[in-house]
Amino acid sequence: MTESPPDSPPHSPAESPPLELSVEDITVSYPNGHVALRDTRFRLESGRICALVGVNGSGKSTLFRAIMGFVKPSRGRVQVGGRSMQSALKAGLIAYVPQAEEVDWTFPVSVWDVVLMGRYGYMNFLRMPRARDREVAEESLRRVGMLEYRDRQIGELSGGQKKRVFLARALAQRSRIILLDEPFTGVDVQTETAIIKLLRELCAAGHLILVSTHNLGAVPEFCDWVVLINRTVLAAGPTEQVFTQDNLVRAFGGVLRHFKFDESTVQKHDEKAVTLLTDDERPLVFGKGGHLEYSHREGKEDVLAERDEEEAEAAAAPEPRSR
Amino acid sequence: MPPLLDALLEPFRYPFMVEAMLAGTAIAAVCAVLSCYLVLKGWSLMGDAISHAVLPGMVLAYFFGLPIALGAFLSGLFCAVSAGFIRANSRVKEDTVLGVVFTGLFALGLVLFTKLKVDLHIDKVLFGNILGLLPGDLRATLLTSAVVLAVIVALRRDLLLFCFDPAQARAIGLRTGWLYYLLLSLLAVTIVVSLKAVGIILVVAMLVTPGCVGFLLTQRFGRMLWIAVATAVGSSFVGVYSSFFLNASTAACIVLTQALVFVGAMAFAPKHGLLRRRRGAASAST
Repeated sequence: MTESPPDSPPHSPAESPPLELSVEDITVSYPNGHVALRDTRFRLESGRICALVGVNGSGKSTLFRAIMGFVKPSRGRVQVGGRSMQSALKAGLIAYVPQAEEVDWTFPVSVWDVVLMGRYGYMNFLRMPRARDREVAEESLRRVGMLEYRDRQIGELSGGQKKRVFLARALAQRSRIILLDEPFTGVDVQTETAIIKLLRELCAAGHLILVSTHNLGAVPEFCDWVVLINRTVLAAGPTEQVFTQDNLVRAFGGVLRHFKFDESTVQKHDEKAVTLLTDDERPLVFGKGGHLEYSHREGKEDVLAERDEEEAEAAAAPEPRSR
Repeated sequence: MPPLLDALLEPFRYPFMVEAMLAGTAIAAVCAVLSCYLVLKGWSLMGDAISHAVLPGMVLAYFFGLPIALGAFLSGLFCAVSAGFIRANSRVKEDTVLGVVFTGLFALGLVLFTKLKVDLHIDKVLFGNILGLLPGDLRATLLTSAVVLAVIVALRRDLLLFCFDPAQARAIGLRTGWLYYLLLSLLAVTIVVSLKAVGIILVVAMLVTPGCVGFLLTQRFGRMLWIAVATAVGSSFVGVYSSFFLNASTAACIVLTQALVFVGAMAFAPKHGLLRRRRGAASAST
């Protein structure tokens, strides 16, 4: 291989030159005539974590496949640092963490085998791992906390562990650009936090990370850039500018469930003391005193009356402790 | 020599039996290695399709005086490629397309066979004739098997990655399109080589069962390869040997032996076998 990718540890400070991923006006249509993406255009720079956000069927996966060169756009092109995608892939610039559903978990490969697959680009054509490859693979597994599971068959892992193995493979590849397809599906909160921490470190080290997700709550937590798509780019830019209510409503339309506090049962009886638990788009809300709250007041008059009664009782009762 | 031993060793006294065992071993080994990839990639039907689709190519090659193996190879490959083309240009699912294409080609082969009046023995094409190898057949079989094996072994990790995760294969710059056609071509060559032994109808067993046994018995690809090869070579030997005494179709004896090994693996597999599961359920309920 003449153009071998930079093999510096990914957690070292960003000394590598900036790298740009540009998606230039691509249109992707499938043989059955369905146009999955139209005139899609955005640019991303290294040192960013970008969320690719859209409903199911909005073309997120298609966009990923187009970036990876799996589908050929009928118009437009994808470029990395001014070169074609094919040459960027050859140079090992791009790593990919697949969705859990895309992987055959009965496949007879171990955790170790999978991570070594990330090193194939560095090996000779027989793909014999050398000491350096084993070193990097081991370090990558340690970094995601999966080293002790190296001999497990991949199907014998939990959802979070599976995800971390594939993340380790991407780390072992030492690529500047990492694509993650729905990394938080089927993953426990602890793993999610660990993954986010790792992605932040990689980003600080000058990597470009593109995460496709429909988990809206996680986006502002760790992404500094957002591309909102629905068959085309609706908005792209810094999270605080793009991740607005208007844009999200536009991207998700009726799919998104709103919880408006001024219409909910919460606002009526306690203004601030709110615990919000969210499972993806559907928040579960408890008000003061652990009461279950509803997103609309209509039809819940009995609930409101009950709460009013409690409030009145509480106000009437003497409060010796606070005095 | 005691009479029983004498009787048991009798098959080895005939050169055609020894040749059949040698050819059978080579074919079994190649098919077994390839079967591991087919089973994991979900290409079992592809093996069946290509093996049936070789017929028109064989008949035409014979008619025009070309090498039969070449005609068979091209015809088999044509089936896979045209099925891929139809799949890409219609809404029909891949297995359906394959089903239509290969039966169509097989039927075409049967019609051509009667219309062109070629001097091929259709029953030998369909069911194999490993006991009647012509001079040079054995050498060609061994040579082709060796070449196919060498290619698979050299590229075994690339092919495995291609089966496991084509997106990753592409991400590290492998040409997945090339690997796809390579695997198809290896499959077609292997089928053409195996036809002599087991024929069109049963060759798919050689291309599926050994890999399946390996898959049931282990969770490591390296071991799966060895188990598959051992299963196939052992079954081939037992099949050829027992057919001598049973006076039954050699191909059927080989395939039947493999099927019995499969049943055994199904029952006794260490982790997911039926007996193991039953025992697990029994100990859970007590």
